[in-house]
Formats: sequence, structure tokens, C-alpha cells
Amino acid sequence: MIENLVSRRNFLRGTALATAGLVLAVQLPDSVRRAAAAGDQRSFVPNAFVKIDVDGITLIMPHAEIGQGIYTSSAMLMAEELELDLGQVKVEAAPPDISKYMDPILYDQATGGSTSTRSDWMRLREAGAAARIMLVEAAAEGWGVPSDECRVARGVIYHDASGKTATYVDIAPRAASRQVPKEIRLKEPSQFRLIGTSAKRIDTPAKVNGSLVYGIDTRLPGMGYATLVMAPVKGGKIATMNEAAAKAVRGVRDIVRTDDAVAVVGDHMWAAKQGVDALEVEWDHGPNSTVTNVSIVMDMHEVSKTQGVVIRNQNDAQSVIDNAKTKLDAIYHSPFLSHAPLEPLNCTLAIEEDKAELWVGTQVPVRAQKAVADALGISPDKVTVNNQLMGGAFGRRLDVDSIEIAARLLKDIRYPVKIVWTREQDMTHDFYRPYYYDRVAAGLDDNGRLIGRTHRVTGSSVFARWAPAAFINGVDPDAVDCAAETPYDEDAVLADYVRHEPAGVTTSWWRGVGATHNLFVVESFVDEMAHATDQDPLEFRRRMLTKNPRALGVLDLAAEKAGWGETLPPGRGRGISLQFAFGSYLAHILDIEITPRKQIKLVRSVIAVDCGIVINPDTVRAQMEGGVLFGLGTAMFNEVTFTNGAVDQSNFDTYRILRINEAPKIDVYQVKSGEKPGGVGEAGTAAAAGALANAIFSATGRRIRSLPLWQAAV
Amino acid sequence: MRQVTINGKVHDVAVPDDMPLLWVLRDVLGMTGTKYGCGIAQCGACTVHLDGVAVRACQTTMDAVYGQPVTTIEGVGNTPVGAKVQAAWLEKEVVQCGYCHSGQIMSAAALLNENPKPTDTDIDDAMAGNICRCGTYVRIREAIHSIAI
Repeated sequence: MIENLVSRRNFLRGTALATAGLVLAVQLPDSVRRAAAAGDQRSFVPNAFVKIDVDGITLIMPHAEIGQGIYTSSAMLMAEELELDLGQVKVEAAPPDISKYMDPILYDQATGGSTSTRSDWMRLREAGAAARIMLVEAAAEGWGVPSDECRVARGVIYHDASGKTATYVDIAPRAASRQVPKEIRLKEPSQFRLIGTSAKRIDTPAKVNGSLVYGIDTRLPGMGYATLVMAPVKGGKIATMNEAAAKAVRGVRDIVRTDDAVAVVGDHMWAAKQGVDALEVEWDHGPNSTVTNVSIVMDMHEVSKTQGVVIRNQNDAQSVIDNAKTKLDAIYHSPFLSHAPLEPLNCTLAIEEDKAELWVGTQVPVRAQKAVADALGISPDKVTVNNQLMGGAFGRRLDVDSIEIAARLLKDIRYPVKIVWTREQDMTHDFYRPYYYDRVAAGLDDNGRLIGRTHRVTGSSVFARWAPAAFINGVDPDAVDCAAETPYDEDAVLADYVRHEPAGVTTSWWRGVGATHNLFVVESFVDEMAHATDQDPLEFRRRMLTKNPRALGVLDLAAEKAGWGETLPPGRGRGISLQFAFGSYLAHILDIEITPRKQIKLVRSVIAVDCGIVINPDTVRAQMEGGVLFGLGTAMFNEVTFTNGAVDQSNFDTYRILRINEAPKIDVYQVKSGEKPGGVGEAGTAAAAGALANAIFSATGRRIRSLPLWQAAV
Repeated sequence: MRQVTINGKVHDVAVPDDMPLLWVLRDVLGMTGTKYGCGIAQCGACTVHLDGVAVRACQTTMDAVYGQPVTTIEGVGNTPVGAKVQAAWLEKEVVQCGYCHSGQIMSAAALLNENPKPTDTDIDDAMAGNICRCGTYVRIREAIHSIAI
């Protein structure tokens, strides 16, 4: 999806965006840089990512740290070329500034879609190298020696012949007035000292002793603590409200409202919560008060009968299937899902007459800034954004609804207020992963070879809401990602997309995005094809990978490590899922067991991943482990449903998260590769549901085409 | 005004008896290491020790706290077991977003105080009340096993 987004947007704007040109694009103009240096002679700011002054060496992080480890990887890319150890640098979140920190794949200052390393792989190394070159040249000039006689180690410049040395901090004022080098030669992979090592994460020490300040931990002098209640049904409004009892709660300071939300501000969260509980609100539920899951799915069933926007149409797949020896068709369902990051949505706002300051953990700082500015009727440059590390996001913090609601509620309050959503408000007012309704069909020839496949995706378009400029002619590249294109040899494919926006539901990005949904369908259906023609699911896939050595490589590696082919004990099942998504190849083989109580026990996950050049192998392993558990837990337990327009699930008692006693053993194998880096944050999640459904079939002979799967063996 | 001992230090507080310890820690005393995740004792992010026992601060009201020492994530590193758990968490690179790990570490320290060599089943029993949304369970288990008390 992501590559498509870029090419579409570039096409739109008539610009070719070459990664190699990015550093130049984000360099500060010389005049600005010199002016900045003149203001503080000791400050060296050669580009948007490096700042060296008396306080030390600071690296500016273009992508947000959500737990995925990007601060460490981004710092490694720069420190590699700067010849620094990670212990010598500080990192800082980038301020909102799209001219400097745009993700060139997402075309926004955004962290999502597993793009960060792909976006930063060149530009951060170039930024580090440019800074190093300028520092060395400045030192050499001062010493009157040729710069190529100097060397650098751990931030110290040496001229061995004369015995002169200088630190980066020493030389920074002199380097500040130098020109940015025109030519930057990056290290060869064989010269890497940091890239490719499991360097320790830089964000975790503060996370094990309680000292890290997440957005929700913000504290300001005189601050009030707020929580809120919002209309239970989308589009609903407050009909009547009696706030007398809430006002009487000890510690309540203020009660503020909009048309569809009320917040109580207190001396602490407990007062605010009690205040909200004491409010007497009658809601006018509005036009969506009759929406139920059944009505939504019935609507999708109807609209899915007619052809949608064609995404891929190659060699008349339908007639190939009509004439095939073996024909299969099926309907798959994927439910609405909540993000449920463990840190509930929150932000802190200090609003003054003509300016505001925001503390929040966001994946989209520019959008966050604009949300506050628009709500207050001021210009974005009057809003200071302090982006915080996040207690998870999984796509939820790619939207700024919570920030906009906070700004509207708090606009007349002139002391700082932290507003924290309760878990219940968070879960019932999420922007949900869309419900998808998939119709698939396939034809196989006399030899059991796949010769034609059709796939119609019906569901909401997140793309159309979130990036309307890139939603052209009804084509949503994310909705069909991994459905239109597969790793397999395919001659005849028809993939189309029927957009259907369910009333009363806002949808959004959710970890693994289109790949998570479509790989469940495609990899389950590929398994169906194998079994329908009495073929081994591994061999069936292998035969279709004659032109895809990297996909075959991960599949074979996973199969070998999982012991594919051995006879499984009774009650056991084993399932495969294979993918090319986010620029990475991944094979997942999952073993499960059906317990005597007919419950599904996850036993062992084997993952083989080829994500090109690896920055930090331990981070890749962590993302595989965490990503696949995120996907498995969801596929086992999770769905969001609606009754009378309101969400039925409200907390972790009704929306179960996988627990330690339910987690399988996980073995991750990484393929050594010299290819450019692929994304890893979402790949494991996307590989989960298909492997689980296929393992359940292997254990029980039952093909389950609707998630979640926890009752599949009952 | 009543007194509560947290991490060995006495604090004077004037709060309602039915106020949960979680909000006293976070919003009254400014100790934000203890996290709010669910408010109904389902996620374990708010786990602290009350007289050495792991409890959920969101469900522990102040009238049940007075007179018993409280240990939080900010102070557990001053205990020998707590320090080892924190070190193991870093050594095994357990943490991702980190939001649950205050609670995970408090539950693990309570387990190891009682049971220096827990089996996998012991770990399941002691740690199943702590949700990790990032899915770091494999490493939590590994880290606990790695700790030699």
C-alpha cells in the first residue's frame, strides 16, 4: 500500500521524490543556518537532525517512539556515520515541521505503516555523515592540516601526525559557519560498527524504574485533572444535563461541555471520575441509534454482490475459473477491532488568549498542532507541541480526534488541564479497524495448480478519510494490499474493491493495516486450495514460488525450523502463512493444540523473516515476537460489535488481551540479506490470523472463515 | 491529614478514605511510575506492593493502605530482588512501549520474593494478571528465569 501511496501522490504533485535527494531537501538554507549560529556561536546545526553545542550531541528523531524501538534504530543510523556510540548522544522528538520531518513514504510527518526505517535509512546516515565531514573539515582547517589526514573515533577528531585532538563539542562553533558538503560518501556495509548489532535500546532504562514521563504523566503547576464522557452513539448529542451533583463532588473545579461531550476538571483524576459519574446526562442518540452488527453485515453482504473498483485485472480470471478442473469459492469475515493501547488516550493543554501548548504522545505531530489551532481559532505556529513517548498506539494515535475534542472542551479554561480518557471511553470511542467482507474464488487445473483467482474486498476506506488527496477514482490501495498482489506465480487475477462506509462507525488504521486483513483471507484460502486438491500446504505454496526466491527462502527456512512434515500427535495442528508486506518477506508456521476442554492452546510460533539489511537484530526479533502475539491474541479473542449504535465492549473484561499463560513459544529466524531494509513493526501481526486458522483446520478439519477463532474447536 | 509510608518515606495526605491509591500516588504525590490502564483490576499496570504483597492500586482504597508500607516502581530498585528484576528486564531487552512494565516488574518482584525459582506454571500464575499489549511475554518469562536469587 505504502509504495502505491507514494507513487500516487508523487504522480499527483508531478514530483519525483528520490530518497537520495532528501538530505538536501531538509538542509536548512545556509542563511538560516548561519543566522542560527550567529545567535549562539557554540551551536552547530548542520541539518534538521543533528545539533551539537555545549550541552552535547543531540539527535532529532523524525519518527515517534511508540515502543517499536525506532529511537534506537534512528540514533544508530546517525551515530554510525558520526562515529559516535549511542551512550554519547541525547535524542529529542522532532517538533511539528513538515518541511523538515516529512516521512517521504507517507507524505506526512507521521509514524505508521512500518515505514520509519525505510524512510530514514538513507537520509539519517547522510545527515550524520554531513555533520561529521563538516566537523572534521573545521578541525583540519584550524590545525592547518588536510582533512583527509584526520580520523574520528567516538566523537573525537584526531590528527595523528601532529598529535592534535578535538571533540565534536569543542569544534562545533567553528563548524557552524561551514558549507554543507556537496558530496557525501556513506560507509559500505562492511564498515558498519553499529548497524547490524543488537545495540541496547536507549529508551528502556527509564521505563523500568518509573521515571519515563509518558503523555499521561504530564504534570504542570496549577494543573487540573479532567476526564470526560462522550455521546455513546456516533452523531448523538446532549439532550439535557444536570451537573449539580457533579459540582458537589469534593475536588471538582469546573465542568465544561460541547454538543456531544462533557468533561469534569478536578484536583485529581479521582475527583474528575466521580464528577463524571455524578453527571445526569440524557442523550439524543441521533440517526445511528438503530445500528447493529447484523445490520452492518447485511448491508455489506448486499453491496458485495456487485463489482467494485477494479484494482487488478489480468487474463480474465473469471472465465479461467469457470473452465477449471477444481473450483472453490468462499466468503470471509474480519471484525471491527479496537486498538486498546495500554496508555489510554490523553493530552495536556495550557491555553492562553492567543496561544497554546500541548503535551501528547502522537504519531502525527503536525495534525495534532493543527487540531488545537483549528479548535481555538489560532494559527498553528501559535501551538507548541511536546511529543511524548507513547504507551502503545497501534494506529490509534494517527488520529487527533482526542486532541481536537480536548481543545474544544478546554478552550475557555486558563489553567493547564490534563484530560485522560477512561478505558471505557477509549474503547467505546475508538476509530475502529474496518469490518471487511471478502468474496474469493479460485480455479485449479488437472495438476492442482492455481490458474485463476478472484478477490472482492468490501469494507470501509480508511484511506478516503485519512488521506483524501490520495484516494483517486475509488481506488484504496490499502484495502486490497496483499490481496491483489501475492508472492505467488499467478497469471489470471481479478481483484476489486467495494467501498462501504457503515453508518455510525469511524474507521482507522490498525496494526498491519490492509495486510493484516487480507493475509488472513488469502493465506486461509490458499490452504483451502491445497486441501481441495489433496496437496501438502507447504508444497502447494512452494510450487507457486518459482519466481520469488526470497519468499521461497523464508518459507523453506520456517518449514525446516518448525519440522514441517513430521507426524503431529493427536490434537495438534500446524498452519502456515506466507507474505510479502511492508517491504519484507515473512513465513510463519504455528503449532496449536486442542485441549480436552476443546480450547485452543497456542504452542509454538516459528517465524522466518527477510527484511533486507537489519539495523538492530534484537529489535527485529522483538517486533516479530510482539507483532505475532498482537495478531494471535486478536485473531483468538477480539471483535467490536454494536447494539443500538453503541459499542458493546468497554474494557479488558469484554475485550480480552492475550495473557502470558496463553502465549506460545516463539522462535524467530532472520535471513542475512544485502537488500534495502523492509518494515518490521507490523509484519508479525499480519502473519498471525492465517496461520492460526490453518492450524485449526489441521487439528480439527474445520475451516473457520470468520474471526475471532477462540470458539472454533468447541 | 493522615500518614502513608511509600518507599520508606512518610507522606502526609488529606484525601477521601475511598480514594484509590493509584490516584493518590499519581495525582496527589506526583509519583507517576504507577500506571492507569483499565481501572478495574484487569490489566495490572497499577501493581504496587502493600506490605510486600502485589496489589492493584486502582482497586486499593486509602483506608486499606494506612498503616502498611507501600512500595512502588520508583522504590522497588532499592530492594535486592527489585534491582535484579530491573537489571534482568534491561539485560533481556524485555521492554517495548514500557507502559505495562512498572506493573510487570512489581508482579515479578513479588513472585521472586516468595519463590526464588519459579517454574513456568508459577510464572503463569503470578503474571497472568498483567497485560502487555506489545506482547513481550516471551521475554518476561525469560527474564524471570534468568534471575538467580
